Amino acid sequence: MKNRNPIWDFFASVKLALFTLFFLATTSVIGTIIPQKETAQWYIDRYGEASANLLQILSITPDMYTSAWFLSLLGLLCINLIICSLDRFPGVWRQIKADNLASPLTRLEKMTPQSQWQSDNSSASSASALKTALSSMGWKAKERLLDSGLLLFAQKGAMTRTGVYIVHTSILVIFAGAIIGSALGFKASVMLPETRSTDKVYTFDTHAAVDLGFEIRCDLFNIEFYDNGMPKAYRSHLSILENGNVVKEKSIVVNDPLSYKGITFYQSSYEPYQEFLVTITNKKTGLNENVVIPYQEQHSFEKSGLRLGVINAEARGQSVSKIKIWLTDDNGDPSLFWLDDGEQVTVERTKNNYTVSAKQMYATGLQVAKDPGVWTVYAGCALMILGLVVAFFMSHQRIWLYIREETDGTSSILMTGNANKNKVNFEKKFQTLTQAINKI
Amino acid sequence: MNSSQLIGITTFTYLFSTILYAALFIFKTKRLGPLATIFTIIALLVQTAGIGLRWLESYQMGMGRAPLSNMYESVVFFAWAIIFIYLIIEWKFKTRIIGAFAVPFAFLAMAYASFSSGISKEIVPLIPALQSNWLIAHVVTCFIGYAAFAVAAGLGFMYLIKNTSETRQSSNDTTLLGSLPPLKVIEDITHKTMVFGFLWLSIGIITGAIWANSAWGTYWSWDPKETWSLITWFIYAITLHARYTRGWGGTKIAWLAIFGFVSVIFTYYGVNFLLAGLHSYGSN
Repeated sequence: MKNRNPIWDFFASVKLALFTLFFLATTSVIGTIIPQKETAQWYIDRYGEASANLLQILSITPDMYTSAWFLSLLGLLCINLIICSLDRFPGVWRQIKADNLASPLTRLEKMTPQSQWQSDNSSASSASALKTALSSMGWKAKERLLDSGLLLFAQKGAMTRTGVYIVHTSILVIFAGAIIGSALGFKASVMLPETRSTDKVYTFDTHAAVDLGFEIRCDLFNIEFYDNGMPKAYRSHLSILENGNVVKEKSIVVNDPLSYKGITFYQSSYEPYQEFLVTITNKKTGLNENVVIPYQEQHSFEKSGLRLGVINAEARGQSVSKIKIWLTDDNGDPSLFWLDDGEQVTVERTKNNYTVSAKQMYATGLQVAKDPGVWTVYAGCALMILGLVVAFFMSHQRIWLYIREETDGTSSILMTGNANKNKVNFEKKFQTLTQAINKI
Repeated sequence: MNSSQLIGITTFTYLFSTILYAALFIFKTKRLGPLATIFTIIALLVQTAGIGLRWLESYQMGMGRAPLSNMYESVVFFAWAIIFIYLIIEWKFKTRIIGAFAVPFAFLAMAYASFSSGISKEIVPLIPALQSNWLIAHVVTCFIGYAAFAVAAGLGFMYLIKNTSETRQSSNDTTLLGSLPPLKVIEDITHKTMVFGFLWLSIGIITGAIWANSAWGTYWSWDPKETWSLITWFIYAITLHARYTRGWGGTKIAWLAIFGFVSVIFTYYGVNFLLAGLHSYGSN
């Protein structure tokens, strides 16, 4: 035995693990009852000045889950996991690598389950027949010659003893991924009006501007509705621009973001404007003009000499569904017509025909995230599931067969075995195995 | 016949299953055993058909989505999973008495789904946030976990009842509780059921995190639902460690199985109604 260091023992103890988990569980409750990430004023209004102050001193508000004391608890859990695993793993590794053929016969004789039978064959031929039979059932046996006979040993799932440590490691991997993400990544948002572009977004926590290194433009935003009026899809058509050239385009919806150079843009909200995007094309000349015009204000198209205004609109909540347009080119009476939001129509005038399309203007709310740690986190998650399956549902099963050479040239066989988990199941397996080979 | 009728029938069939298992337990009428099992299997098939039909109806209504997206549908699936897991346990451990402690959970869930005025049974289309392939994976894995924890809590009750009677009088088979499996066996099944639930809860949390990341760019945001699922995970992690390494057993584990399930119910139900957060669409 090595000389035990009390500090090491403290950090290696399961008691500490239970304590830490218990403390994490109970303190985590607080942040679900007291709303997080609100403004200082909000807490004062809700709880009064004194209580709000106390909450802030205790770092329960505005964000207890990133407070020093909560992170320390998580850190303590990590240290505990590392030390406890380092403390126990060597012993487990010795069990995995153990020379089971060196197991003393006196111990094997006392083990359960156990089965004994006689064979007419010599120990050597019994042993080789048993080895063949076992290997056909997936047990690869090793043998060793002893003074009084032969010992066979076979095992399955020795490595499954590492299951617990795979789970412990997976938690550390997930934490590592989270640290990578928060150190090298950012979480930000931007409200981007249609037709506009930006190369800056603003972080959630400090509202600091982050340079994207490229431009992102919102070409179009629209909302689709189900027949019953529920929103069906929020869709933003986005373009990525490098030096003014479009290098990537994608129409994003919630659950289907756009990624470029490690930065991902998620559809998150929107803001309707009292303005309209109008496109007019002269069918004869092909002259095309795009404008943004406010509601009920006349706009003059300089090149084509047209005048146009949105004079009425029907809306579903804040979202316009139908638009009424007034248009004139000063040849004949003005045209007055309705069109659906986003629809394109042809307007026939005495001298010219035009195509007109109009839609309400929106800004799309994008969440912008860069998280280089996310794949590490996912790897940790996969590792955790693997570890849990191994730790809970797989066992290390071992069988020994001691074949004693009798004086009359026959042999007697003692078979025993054990499993580190699910012993009932192992005993059944052991019975089946015995019945399959005890005629040899 | 539409899905609401089929699912409605299930409420009564699970009530009848509960009565059969209770009669088996109280009157020790062994003949009732196979009847209870067969009846429960049929009830499960009817419910499966009901859930399948609801799925089909959503396609006929032109919205085609899995029947797992609001409180009503999740409670129905919760009941389904409880019965499914219970039947596996009955088959695997060859004991029917557990039914008297597990099937009532499914009945209560169905009764709540059917009779509560607070939850809508209407098939409505999916809001944008729920339109994801992760929906099915996340909900199914979470509810397999929840259902296993419900059965484990039932087993915990069973253990505590049997334990009180054994300490009060010497155990013999003539008493009411003599028909319950030995304490060791109850404890073993409780533990195995919790382990099973823990694995699925873990997968449920992970699939939820992956989904959150694909929808919002954050796999973990400490929203109340996430936090409570983690609290539940901690409670079961504590339970498993206490048993494996500190040799906790018996009444302590039975109480933890019940306590853990209280946390599950809060995660599932309480958070939606008492706390605000990202999962609010589950509340109607």
